[in-house]
Amino acid sequence: MSTSTIAAPPGTWRLDKVHSSIAFQVPYLAGAFNGTFREFDGTLDVADDGAALTGVAKVASVDVKDDNLSTHLQSPDFFDAESHPELRFSSDRIALDGESVRVAGEIEIKGVKRTIEATGAAHGPVPNLQGNDSLRLQLTTTIDRTEFGVSWNAELPGGGKALSDAVTILTELYFVKEA
Amino acid sequence: MRVLAISGSLRRDSHNTALLRAAAERVPAGVELELWDGLKAVPPYDEDDDHESTPAAVTALRSAVAGADAVLIATPEYNHSVPGALKNALDWISRPIATNPLRNKPVAVIGASTGIFGAVWAQAELRKVLSAIGARVVDRELAVGQAAERVGAAVNDQELLAQLGEVVDALVAAVREREAARSAKQPLAA
Repeated sequence: MSTSTIAAPPGTWRLDKVHSSIAFQVPYLAGAFNGTFREFDGTLDVADDGAALTGVAKVASVDVKDDNLSTHLQSPDFFDAESHPELRFSSDRIALDGESVRVAGEIEIKGVKRTIEATGAAHGPVPNLQGNDSLRLQLTTTIDRTEFGVSWNAELPGGGKALSDAVTILTELYFVKEA
Repeated sequence: MRVLAISGSLRRDSHNTALLRAAAERVPAGVELELWDGLKAVPPYDEDDDHESTPAAVTALRSAVAGADAVLIATPEYNHSVPGALKNALDWISRPIATNPLRNKPVAVIGASTGIFGAVWAQAELRKVLSAIGARVVDRELAVGQAAERVGAAVNDQELLAQLGEVVDALVAAVREREAARSAKQPLAA
């Protein structure tokens, strides 16, 4: 099976912010800690010769169901929201292989940029209830948070660290094509 | 620019307070360093008191921190850790956590002890506590050991005075960096 650029009609596709989500998961102890960003935005620009994906999430909107922790995440120990209020992502390398999708691009966290690759599934395009084309990208990638200076950790009394360095980012992106 | 200096020692002839007095002499032009002397009046932390009627000493402390651009703390070491009175004052300042006046504020920690280690463990714990509160902890250390000889009632050791000046400079630089970052904030846009 050949690899092609995204099989969506050319145009500007806007992120449906209600039906999309940007989440992260960090292993700790024997479990995993989950969080999401409430405020984000994104665009998928499809041209005849390729597609570009850009997105941004607001650090202040992080939701972890615990106010103390949410506040700690805003601080210089973690994201330093005052100095770096946004997380950013951009890619112009999107490859489709059937329903599998691979996106290579640049992620920026706490002012540090790194090239990453995210993989997942693409569905659509299909017309939504208003008759506009819609498509869904489910993308996952794992990063080392310490490469971005998000390095807080604590020694456990019995040895080892409280929190993993590896963070999995899970996005569910639902785009609607501009009329 | 205003720097609030807090000594973790209540003792009249405290080496840590002497360090802060010496620091006040080392601040660059345009920077004012104010030594806060209200630590002994801060009562034990009780969330009920904060909800019903915040003690006047606590209100004064919170507004002193809020009115400062940076904080310089000098801590002794009691039983390998931060003195209780200092930790208690920080606990008061930290509530409510999301809006506490130490949030994002540049803070530098120094310490003196009469032993050879210069309160390094207390300083490390204090940095951890300040980070948890959300302060912008300056990555500089000044561990003044054998303080009875090196500090005494006033600091005359030129090398120590120079090191103290470097910590103050790093703190001032952190304030300037913060101001620059705040003015360069970008709006939410894709």
